[in-house]
Amino acid sequence: MLVNQFLFLGAILFCIGVYGVLARRNAVLVLMSIELILNSVNINLVAFGAMWHVTDPSNLSGQVFALFVIAIAAAEVGVGLAIVLLIHRNRQSIDINDVDLMKG
Amino acid sequence: MLALLVAQNIAFYIIAALMVFGALRVVTCKNLMHAALWLVLVLAGVAAQYILLAAEFVAITQVLVYLGAIIVLFLFGIMLTRTKTGTDDNLNNSAGARRMAALIGVLLAGVMGYSLWDGFGKREFGELTVQRTAEVSDSIFSTYLLPFEVISILLLAALIGAIVLARRD
Repeated sequence: MLVNQFLFLGAILFCIGVYGVLARRNAVLVLMSIELILNSVNINLVAFGAMWHVTDPSNLSGQVFALFVIAIAAAEVGVGLAIVLLIHRNRQSIDINDVDLMKG
Repeated sequence: MLALLVAQNIAFYIIAALMVFGALRVVTCKNLMHAALWLVLVLAGVAAQYILLAAEFVAITQVLVYLGAIIVLFLFGIMLTRTKTGTDDNLNNSAGARRMAALIGVLLAGVMGYSLWDGFGKREFGELTVQRTAEVSDSIFSTYLLPFEVISILLLAALIGAIVLARRD
């Protein structure tokens, strides 16, 4: 297998996630697109980790970093959905174009 | 050995095609609930790719955390914030903004694709050996002990923050 197979898959998923963040206006869907982005980064990390593991079997940094990213993604979704619920409770809508109080 | 490599490649391309299709559905779907279910397909595909990369522990963690917990959180979020069932037409930005977003995505894909091809070309993995869970835990609890503790504090802070934010008072 080529290293680039996995890196290209990660890059494509990242771009789809970026499109989702920019094109959606429902806050939950934006959070889902952010999950796509984080997962594509994780694929890259694990692929690089596997690549270095072949030459240096004691080096597992790629996997450890992927685990850290998974933990941070879980925290991010928890706080993010709490914020979305709060916006919904105050405005009866989770359209992110309506949340423009800080716009100059 | 060659047969195994061919099988791995075929599995990779089938799973990758499913993942890209699922991801496209996540960002274009008209129904929130369907978008969450397509996200399940993508996340399961990511777990399968980890197994192809011989990273067992990350694959299991992916299934536990993403498919088990995060998807349930998303479904809760969708159900608690939805005003009516069925399709919703104000999920997307205007057509102009979407065209701009697609342009940005394609440009980004072009730049990243070029630099990846330039940087790694036809580099092979070589003999992938299973990266054992014991070795991963050795690495976490020796080299990365401090970041691990920081992550624990971060998770605690996020938990308390989520409760404080979502609580009715």
